[in-house]
Amino acid sequence: MSQPALLRLSKVSKRYGTVQANHDSDLEVHSGSIHAVLGENGAGKSTLMKLIYGVEQPDSGHIYWNGQEVHLARPSDAQALGIGMVFQHFSLFETLSVVQNVSLMIPGKPADLAQKITDLGDQFGLSVDPHAMVHRLSVGERQRVEIIRCLLLNPKLLILDEPTSVLPPQSVRRLFETLRKLQAEGMAILFISHKLDEIRELCDTASVLRGGEVTGRVDPREHDARSLAQLMIGREMPNVAHAAPQPPGEERLRLNALSHPRASRFGTALDGIDLKLRSGEIIGIAGISGNGQQELAALISGETRAHEPGMIEIMGKKVGHLGPMARRKLGFAFVPEERLGRGAVPEMSLADNSLLTAHSRNMLSRGFIKRAAERAFTRECIQAFDVRTPGPDAEAGAMSGGNLQKFILGREIMLNPDVMLVSQPTWGVDIGAATAIRRRLLDMRDQGCAILVISEEMDELFEICSKLHVLHKGHLSPALNAAETTPQEIGRYMIGAET
Amino acid sequence: MFTAPVLALVLTCLASLVLFATLGKPAGAALYALLLKPFLSWYSFSEVLLKMAPLLLIAQGLAIGFRANVFNIGAEGQFIVGALCASSLPVYFPDGNFPMMLPAMIAFGALGGTVYALIAAALRTRFGASEILVTLMMALIAVQILNYLLLGPWKDPRGFNFPQTVMFPDNAMLPILFDGTRTNISLLFALAASVFAYLMMQHHFRGYQLRTAGLAPRAALYAGFSAPRMVWLGLGLGGLAAGIAGASEVAGPLGQLQRSVTSGYGYAAIIVAYVGGLNPLGIIASSFLISVIYIGGDSATVSAGLPVAAVEVFQGLLLFFYLLTFTLIRFRFEIDRKVPA
Repeated sequence: MSQPALLRLSKVSKRYGTVQANHDSDLEVHSGSIHAVLGENGAGKSTLMKLIYGVEQPDSGHIYWNGQEVHLARPSDAQALGIGMVFQHFSLFETLSVVQNVSLMIPGKPADLAQKITDLGDQFGLSVDPHAMVHRLSVGERQRVEIIRCLLLNPKLLILDEPTSVLPPQSVRRLFETLRKLQAEGMAILFISHKLDEIRELCDTASVLRGGEVTGRVDPREHDARSLAQLMIGREMPNVAHAAPQPPGEERLRLNALSHPRASRFGTALDGIDLKLRSGEIIGIAGISGNGQQELAALISGETRAHEPGMIEIMGKKVGHLGPMARRKLGFAFVPEERLGRGAVPEMSLADNSLLTAHSRNMLSRGFIKRAAERAFTRECIQAFDVRTPGPDAEAGAMSGGNLQKFILGREIMLNPDVMLVSQPTWGVDIGAATAIRRRLLDMRDQGCAILVISEEMDELFEICSKLHVLHKGHLSPALNAAETTPQEIGRYMIGAET
Repeated sequence: MFTAPVLALVLTCLASLVLFATLGKPAGAALYALLLKPFLSWYSFSEVLLKMAPLLLIAQGLAIGFRANVFNIGAEGQFIVGALCASSLPVYFPDGNFPMMLPAMIAFGALGGTVYALIAAALRTRFGASEILVTLMMALIAVQILNYLLLGPWKDPRGFNFPQTVMFPDNAMLPILFDGTRTNISLLFALAASVFAYLMMQHHFRGYQLRTAGLAPRAALYAGFSAPRMVWLGLGLGGLAAGIAGASEVAGPLGQLQRSVTSGYGYAAIIVAYVGGLNPLGIIASSFLISVIYIGGDSATVSAGLPVAAVEVFQGLLLFFYLLTFTLIRFRFEIDRKVPA
């Protein structure tokens, strides 16, 4: 190509303490291209994007913009060049309107901005009411606000970090149409994802990262998902085929017309939820976060008490009035969606984090902590669940999200629960670890555990669940047989087209 | 771990030098009196230990609550109520010669301080009232109760109308630890409390629960540690320690209940707890340091002519610089340009 690349990274390296996040990474992005960056968690995707967006600076190497070397000391430098980024977790104020949120970053009169928001929306299929309050918007609409906010700065390069992970299938279609329109306008797009089918459908180039190095640059349309995955993890994909489930056994968890008012303006009220979960089966709850998933999980775990004891039954006992510890004693275990600050205490060591829920596993003697037992349990968990960490004394807060998830899941599985609730088991977890986690859950099922999985990842639910429900605006759909339903049907429940 | 406190002490000394010099006082001599004189005679050193006992005891109790994000800042009130409850025995039985007098006084003081602190716990758990405000306001109430009793029913009838009770009988006094000094066995209470706090906070599951509640309240909720129990425990133990300290004060150096019992130990202990990093071992060191400053301050007011307020400023500077260095060690400054990120 005669024209210099819009963005070129040459031998860029970044090290955090002992961790080499990126090593001699090269990347070339051209205008009018949708360029995928794929890699496992911890492969260095996020760090690379932070270097491009000026959040972090490389230790060595060069960044070229239109052939000119640039130094990006902060995000505003990147924005000045024409680089925009939409983060995986949105940065919008829920209590402000769309146009108010936009005007926090973009200069201009609110009336003018509102007009521009509407214009851009019409042009690129990003329609959103500029005067709507953000807390009333769906996740898809919030993402559109984020994209519009970037577009208002007239970027030449747009970085999207895992943009589809929060969207229902219908909204993904719509996002892709938008991205193709932007591409047609000559914009370059960096698309970070681990969903290989999407990358194959949308992107014309893909850079593969593995262990901090760029290991390949391919045209994803010429590879199938399996060979892309192999490039990404550097070995044969683990086989996901698994024995069919045994017929389920006795009932272990039951929700009887579980209703609960919303706790705050931004919460969701739950309305008459019925559910039966039996030993040896995995039931999935699909739906977009914010439709009552957090509220439901907290009610089942005991972090929120139900109004009547009989609304929730665990192992045949009415437990709606009991706290988390009492429910755990009955054989319940829970992996929450937030790892830091809920599933684990960031400032404490892994060993001390074992104590959080596994203290009943002979770790206390007259209330005093048996350090040896605590460490032995932790070491076993680290080993059995392939947690990558220096050891039991490592701080939980210093670990990557995926590794911490493996630790928390491992801790809960090692409690040998009879009933387990797992919220978003593979959020932010790389494909290798996600496969391992799903396999663990299936193993648990085969040993007779009853498992309820709340997840936004529909593929995951179809892979491991025998029955699916959809949670939408606090209502739970009837049970759908996973073998008979389709993602499209689930999608209709997710957006409330069917109830 | 010790960088922040040491750096804070150095900065405090430098700032005080400047401050004392601008006041027109001999700055070097003042600092010498403040920090070194307490070590130059056995008697002044024993006075340091006497001051250290209540500070250490209260700070250990407060730190337990602070680590669970339960902010009892009215230990002064619990200290006063402890002193009142303990004093009630010798006041009503001025020549009561029963052998259990002293243990009963300590128990009364402990109970009084605990109950007084638990009022705040009840208001917090029942109505969500901030324990910061409640304990602080209750400290002001305690001062008024003290005034009422000393000016009214408990006034020594032969005390020339001074607002103080009768002198306590000998069996109402704490035994002296070292002959020829005023240092009494309340120092042992404080050291025992330190051992207790260390074992509980570092090695016991209850302390683990308190620390979890402070570091990550949602993780404590997830694990099922009862949040109200943390409030009751954090406030109760703080009140207990302050109550015993109050009882020890009247049964020790004062020998009677008088207005000067409100000497600010309860507030100073907050500084002690934080300068000690809320760590039971660190608090032993910080309580010693603050006591040195108290005793050194007394001699500095005499030898270098420092105003009493200057000593309090010195203490305040120490806390200020500690919080500053602590923050700057964990975070770094970044001057942000106008464009938002």
